[in-house]
Amino acid sequence: MPNLEISSILDVSRIRADFPVLARETREGVSLVYLDSTATSQKPRQVIEALADFYLHHNANIHRGVHTLAEEATAAYEETRARVARFIGAASPKEIVFVRNATEAINLVVYSWGRANLREGDVVVLTEMEHHANLVPWQMLAKGRGVKLEFIHVRPDGTLAMDELPRLLALKPKMVAVSGMSNVTGFQPDVAEIARQAHDAGALVLVDGAQLVPHAPVDVQALGADFLAFSSHKMLGPSGVGVLYGRRALLEAMPPFLGGGDMIKRVTLEGFSANAVPYKFEAGTPAIAEVVGLGAAIDYLNAIGMEAVHAYEQAMARYVLPRLQEVPGLHLLGASLERRGAVFSFWIDGIHAHDVAQVLDYYGIAVRAGHHCAQPLHIRFGVPATARASFYIYNTPEEADRLVAALYKVKEVFA
Amino acid sequence: MEDLYREYILDHYKAPRFRGHLENPAFVYEDDNPTCGDHLHMEVAVDENGVVSAARFDGMGCALSQASADILLEHIIGKPLEEVKQFSKDDLLNLLGITLGPVRLKCALLSLKVLKGAIYGLKPGESLTDEED
Repeated sequence: MPNLEISSILDVSRIRADFPVLARETREGVSLVYLDSTATSQKPRQVIEALADFYLHHNANIHRGVHTLAEEATAAYEETRARVARFIGAASPKEIVFVRNATEAINLVVYSWGRANLREGDVVVLTEMEHHANLVPWQMLAKGRGVKLEFIHVRPDGTLAMDELPRLLALKPKMVAVSGMSNVTGFQPDVAEIARQAHDAGALVLVDGAQLVPHAPVDVQALGADFLAFSSHKMLGPSGVGVLYGRRALLEAMPPFLGGGDMIKRVTLEGFSANAVPYKFEAGTPAIAEVVGLGAAIDYLNAIGMEAVHAYEQAMARYVLPRLQEVPGLHLLGASLERRGAVFSFWIDGIHAHDVAQVLDYYGIAVRAGHHCAQPLHIRFGVPATARASFYIYNTPEEADRLVAALYKVKEVFA
Repeated sequence: MEDLYREYILDHYKAPRFRGHLENPAFVYEDDNPTCGDHLHMEVAVDENGVVSAARFDGMGCALSQASADILLEHIIGKPLEEVKQFSKDDLLNLLGITLGPVRLKCALLSLKVLKGAIYGLKPGESLTDEED
C-alpha cells in the first residue's frame, strides 16, 4: 500500500494543522488543494507568528542602534544568519548574505564576481533546464563582453546529458552554474559530481538552490558549491528575503554590488571603503522581520528533518507519477523517477495549459500554467506551456487522487 | 468554470468559423501573450466603401484567447472600419459575456490587441500607445 508507506514518513495531518490557509475553501463546498508550492510555499502559523511577534514587540532598524529594541532586532537578525549557516553547512555566518530572493543572489554573483573576473573569450557553463534567474543575468553579462555561454542539454526523460560535461569542461570555463533541482521537471542533478569535475577543470560552481534547499538536505561543503542561491518564500518563510551563500575568500575578494548604507566602513566626499563581509553586500535596510520569519521557517523544517522532507517527497513522486501517466493524452515534461522531486509539468493533447489550470481551479486545485520561467526547456520539448502540479510536506496522496480525477474532468470539458 | 467555459465560448473554440487566411488582406498583424505563449495572427480585408469584408485569424493558445478571436471577427465583419476602430475592451468583454480576473483578461483581450494592431497598420513589434497593459 503506497499510502501506508507515505504516511509512515511524515505525520501530515499534524503538519497541515499548522497551515491555516490549507483549511479554506475556494468556493462554497470546495476545499483547497494547493499544488503550487514550487511557485511559493504556504506558511505555517509559527512563521506568521514570528513575523507578528517581531512587529508587535521588537521592531527597530538593525545595527548602529544602542537602544533596547535595536539591540533585540539586531540580535534576532544576526541569530538567523547563524541559523541559515548551520542549515546549509556553511563554515561561518559571514558566508551568508541576505538579499531579496534567489534571483537577486544570482545577479549579485554575476554583477560582482562576473564583472570582476570574466573577460572576452571566457566560458560559463549552464544547463538547458535553468530557470530564467540563472540564465538571463549571465546573458546580460555575456552580451557585449564576449563571454561565451555553453549548455549541458536535457535528455528526453528530463535528466541532464552528463556525458556532455567533459567536453564543456575542456573549454576551461571560469564558472559552472547549475540548478540543484529543476522547477519544471523536478530533476535533481548530481551537483556534487558536477562540482567535483568542474573544480578539477578549474571552474567555480554556483548552485541555484531555489528548489533544492526547500526540498532536500543541503550541505554546501559536501555539495562543493562555491555559491548557493535560494529564496525564503519557497521554504515556508516570508517573501522578500533570499540568501546568497558564498565561500568567504570569494566574497572577500569580490567588489561590492549595491552601494549605500551599511555596506561601508568609511565614507568621505572623495570616496568610500567597503565594510567586511557579509555587510559589504547588504546595502540599505534589509527585510528584517522577514529574515526573522525565515529563521522560524528553518526551525520548522529542522523539527521535521530535511531527510524526512526529502523522503516524503520521493514517496509522493513514486505515488503521483504513474497515476498521471495513466491519464490518456497526458505527457510529462520529464518522466524519469530517477533523482526527482515531487513536481510534475505536463500537457494534455489538444488542451492549452491555461484551460487545464482553469478547470482544475473549479475543483479547488491550484496548479500553475505557463512556461514557469524556463522557456528554453519548453522550447526543447516543443511545447509553449505546461500545467505544473507541485507537492510539499503538507500535501497528501488523497490530494493527488483529486488532481487525477479532476484531470479526467478537464478532458470531458474539452472532449 | 460553467461561466468561463460556457457553451458559447467552447463552441467557438472547438469549431472556429474564421480560422484561416485571406487571399489579399489589407491588414496583417500578429502578437503574443508573453506570460503564457498565446499567439494570434489576424488578416483583415476592407471593401471600397471602407467596410470590413472578410477577416481570418490563426494561432494557438487557450480556449479563451482563440474563442475570443473567433467571436471578435464574427462581430466586426460587415462593419465600417472606422466603427471597428472605436471597438473597446469593454465592448469585447460584453460580447464574450464573462467576467475575468487580471490573468485571464490578457488571454481574452489578445484578440483585440492584434485586431487593433492590424487595422491601425502597425508593423510587427510595434504596439499602440494606448494599450491598457
